[in-house]
Amino acid sequence: MKAFTTLTGVAAPLPAANIDTDKIIPARFLKTIARTGLGKHLFANMRFNEDGSEKPDFVLNQPAYRHSEILIAYENFGCGSSREHAPWALLDFGIRCVIAPDFADIFHNNSFKNGILPIRLPREICEKLMEDAKLGGNARLTVDLERSVVVRPNGEEIPFEIDPFRRHCLLNGLDDIGQTMQHKPAIESFEARQRAAQPWLYG
Amino acid sequence: MSAETPRTLFDKIWAHHVVDTLPDGTALLYIDRHLVHEVTSPQAFEGLRVAGRPVHRPDATIAVVDHNIATDSSRRTGILDPESRLQVETLEHNVVEFGVPYIPLLDARQGIVHVIGPELGLSLPGTTIVCGDSHTSTHGALGALAFGIGTSEVEHVLATQTLLQKPAKNMRVTVDGKLPLGCTAKDIVLAIIGKIGTAGGTGHVIEFAGEAIRALDMAGRMTVCNMSIEAGARAGMVAPDQTTFDYVKGRPHAPQGEAFDRAVAWWSTLPSDPGAQFDKEVSLRAEDIVPMVTWGTSPEDVAPITALVPDPAQAADETRRAQLQRMIEYMGLTPGQKLTDLKVDVVFIGSCTNSRIEDMRAAAAIAKGRHVAEGVRAMVVPGSGLVKLQAEEEGLDRVFLDAGFEWREAGCSMCLGMNPDKLTPGQRSASTSNRNFEGRQGPGGRTHLLSPAMAAAAALAGHLADVRDWQPLGSA
Ligand code: SF4
Repeated sequence: MKAFTTLTGVAAPLPAANIDTDKIIPARFLKTIARTGLGKHLFANMRFNEDGSEKPDFVLNQPAYRHSEILIAYENFGCGSSREHAPWALLDFGIRCVIAPDFADIFHNNSFKNGILPIRLPREICEKLMEDAKLGGNARLTVDLERSVVVRPNGEEIPFEIDPFRRHCLLNGLDDIGQTMQHKPAIESFEARQRAAQPWLYG
Repeated sequence: MSAETPRTLFDKIWAHHVVDTLPDGTALLYIDRHLVHEVTSPQAFEGLRVAGRPVHRPDATIAVVDHNIATDSSRRTGILDPESRLQVETLEHNVVEFGVPYIPLLDARQGIVHVIGPELGLSLPGTTIVCGDSHTSTHGALGALAFGIGTSEVEHVLATQTLLQKPAKNMRVTVDGKLPLGCTAKDIVLAIIGKIGTAGGTGHVIEFAGEAIRALDMAGRMTVCNMSIEAGARAGMVAPDQTTFDYVKGRPHAPQGEAFDRAVAWWSTLPSDPGAQFDKEVSLRAEDIVPMVTWGTSPEDVAPITALVPDPAQAADETRRAQLQRMIEYMGLTPGQKLTDLKVDVVFIGSCTNSRIEDMRAAAAIAKGRHVAEGVRAMVVPGSGLVKLQAEEEGLDRVFLDAGFEWREAGCSMCLGMNPDKLTPGQRSASTSNRNFEGRQGPGGRTHLLSPAMAAAAALAGHLADVRDWQPLGSA
């Protein structure tokens, strides 16, 4: 996993609530066996016409936003399926941070595991950032994870909250499995106890 | 927490599975059952292979194909779509390489992962169950803690049989009273989502309680828990009781004989203690529920079948107005139109929400002796090969076929646009599945979610219909 420390980039405004995983990556593109290459299908139904041509109105098709690294959206971002293809598609496109008033639980979790930082900020602040984002390349946002602040183009700093464990893992690009392996003795003694009490769960 | 503090069902199962606690409170949670399917597992197995890690407990793992397989006879001759075929072949290769038990496509036990877990007795009360699929919440009906995970977590569970988790908050949804005629578990859960919204359960595990939930059979409880994810919850659960124990007894992977009695003794201690604290409580009266149907593109946009399409002009604010406008356009509706006037092109009875034998019976009861309306394609897709066999033993296949329904092989089918069963742009469907997002059943498809009995009524009427006007022939 790629470490996340500080990111300065163009933020794409997506002023809508309930952007679900089917919108982020429609189910027909899930038939992959690799984690990469999904960026070209990100937001496919909103981004492309049926013949594959681009819909010029969609934000990521506009010249200023083709290389966006941050998304600003409204409530309940990432609701729907547990598919990790949603963060993979975002990451493959180049998005490393999503800012919204709140996120669906599984998406929130999946983002961290893929080195994407989901930031929860109150609706009023998201509305301000949405206005910043509409200025495109003239208004880059900075997300500083070490200090846990978003810096607006006018220099205003907006602090955000983040779980310390997640922050630590993101800053260092740590993978969970390696960490868990350190608890192997505890796992094995749990299994010995459970096997004695509920042998039907084993075998 | 002292030993006397009353605890919820969730608290108890959670406490039972904590292996270790990290300094910041994150728990290392033990996972008893891991269900694996072809869509969210290839990258997880690949991760193991790259790191040289084995599967820690193949005996706690089971793999099956369900999402992108055909549900007609073509499955016997191989999968046509090259990408679907690659995913299925990749799983078949991985289960051999890593020694994971696998139910192949042509096995009678094959089916939707959330149907076969309970059916085979793999999903048991008091266990922790995960799968790379959000509707894993279904298994909570057994009194288990069951939730969906992403592929990184699938890899984590394969490698360690644990997950790093923060405890969820407790929420209780109580439905007291008796369900009126024509209403089912599906109407209960749609009414709940209509009331609390698709983010109403975010951050919580919902325990469904009350007389109307207790009165549901296991299939009904699974329907309710299945859609807790549409209410934003991490998981849904129902406390185990005699209905649960009777359901589990004798299933192939359930404890047998004396072990079963010991298990029941433990399972009986799991229900929430009187006085247990919930962070959020919601209650509904079953008597107030009417047969429900969604009209929009989010499960919370649901209404009684007797209602009219809402008018955006009456929306509370600008955001909602824009949202309604967009949904009405996408769904091809007119404000003020009666929902019962909406003609349907396709009827889909199936999915992990409603494809169990009880669902088949409910739909067949309405269909019996009648015929699907002209121009409607109606398909019935049992949730597993075993459900299909049982239905055929009961003659339900004949009822459906005589009435003009298609009787198909088990799989996810038209629940999602990933296999050959898809809507074409503009087609309107009455579907017993769980999601009505734009394009969910195929690009441009328009989905109305409802119960199996309501879906059968829509197929017969040719438009969305009130099942109360379509009661079984011969019944008073
Ligand atoms: S039936 Fe639908 S919701 Fe259920 S597992 Fe299959 S695709 Fe997912």
